[in-house]
Amino acid sequence: MIPAAFEYYRPKDMAGVLSVLEEHGDDARVVAGGHSLIPMMKLRMAEVPHLIDLQDVAGLTGISIDAGRVRIGAMTTQHEIINHAGLSDVAPIMREASLQIADPQVRYMGTVGGNVANGDPGNDMPGLMQCLDATFILVGPDGERSVAARDFYEAAYMTDRADDEVLTAVEFAASKGGYAYEKQKRKIGDYATAAAAVLITKDGGTCASASIAMTNLSDTPVYSVDAGAALVGTSLDEASMKAAVDAMLGDIDPTEDNRGPIEFKRHAASVILRRAIENAWDRA
Amino acid sequence: MSNKKHFKLTVNGEEQEFLAEPRELLIHTLRERLRQTGPHIGCETSHCGACTVTMNGKSVKACTVFVAQADGADITTIEGLGNPDSLHVLQEAFKEHHGLQCGFCTPGMITRASKLLEENPTPTEEEVRFGMAGNICRCTGYQNIVKSILAAASEMNAAKEAAE
Repeated sequence: MIPAAFEYYRPKDMAGVLSVLEEHGDDARVVAGGHSLIPMMKLRMAEVPHLIDLQDVAGLTGISIDAGRVRIGAMTTQHEIINHAGLSDVAPIMREASLQIADPQVRYMGTVGGNVANGDPGNDMPGLMQCLDATFILVGPDGERSVAARDFYEAAYMTDRADDEVLTAVEFAASKGGYAYEKQKRKIGDYATAAAAVLITKDGGTCASASIAMTNLSDTPVYSVDAGAALVGTSLDEASMKAAVDAMLGDIDPTEDNRGPIEFKRHAASVILRRAIENAWDRA
Repeated sequence: MSNKKHFKLTVNGEEQEFLAEPRELLIHTLRERLRQTGPHIGCETSHCGACTVTMNGKSVKACTVFVAQADGADITTIEGLGNPDSLHVLQEAFKEHHGLQCGFCTPGMITRASKLLEENPTPTEEEVRFGMAGNICRCTGYQNIVKSILAAASEMNAAKEAAE
């Protein structure tokens, strides 16, 4: 319950953030909503001698939609995502997923940037971002760079972000067609036993495109190219559905924990993916 | 190691200034420093919501906010919603509909419910249950909490209509 002492910084701009990160390296961390980091600090699982609060840093909040391109500032909260009418029009999967993350209090504080940068495979947004083919914007001492969400995750808590970089925004194209975020969990606020993000477009009765990513079924989110490909060009008959599920099962690598043994998780993943595909297809 | 800093909070309408370590959790500031002992601590993993207060218009779990992050914030706890001589509509409804037993979750429940009803004055039962999902209760089984909140909503809406 009691976190270790730290030096606290509340800079007003990114230059202020970067200078602390540069000075203290590994010993400094940014805090956004604080709803993953503070619990870890309370359990003394995260040691953060220098804590940089991003709440006053200009330019990190807000959702903008411009010519079919969505940009969400890293400090935008789940609560804001859920209640943003424009975002629900162009990427309704965001609201659907956010409503399945945590609980009301946590959603007032937890941010999209923290969710995607955390690196915990239990987080829902990373798989969702891979499904959307989102781009993450990172700022470091050498300036800004972009990295695809599909290339960002390396292992549990290991991402492409360097210690002296800050994730400042996520960007993605407005989604077309049908969508679904289906999540199997033990209770409100739990990380997924298995979850699937699916986007599907239709051309007549045929699947024109499909994007599929899975949550908490490996030490990273899993974007399954083959699962999506198995649906394209089909009318989503049983054979193509089974092919997609089999392809997904070939890509995941769940581990046993309190949520169940590996075989159960593979079963749950199959059921959840089928539901998500059917749901997205119906909405396409 | 002590690295105390000067912080300022507005709690239940009163300005408070004090020195504290940045790592002090807001729930400890409220309870131990400012003697607002209504908000409680039921866990150390941010699940139970017994510490829920309203901070700058948001329902937050005060166990998951450092006092440093809250510097400058406007905070309302259960003590600021009503008192034994002048109960808040929700407090009255929890009493009337038996929405509490041990009372440990109640301050967080009512504080959260006050924000829920502000954002959604006419919630369905399902919306109440979902909107209260960040608050755990070990005694009531939730049924009477839902009843209390729905009753308070009706009461508040009726009062609003009468005033118009």
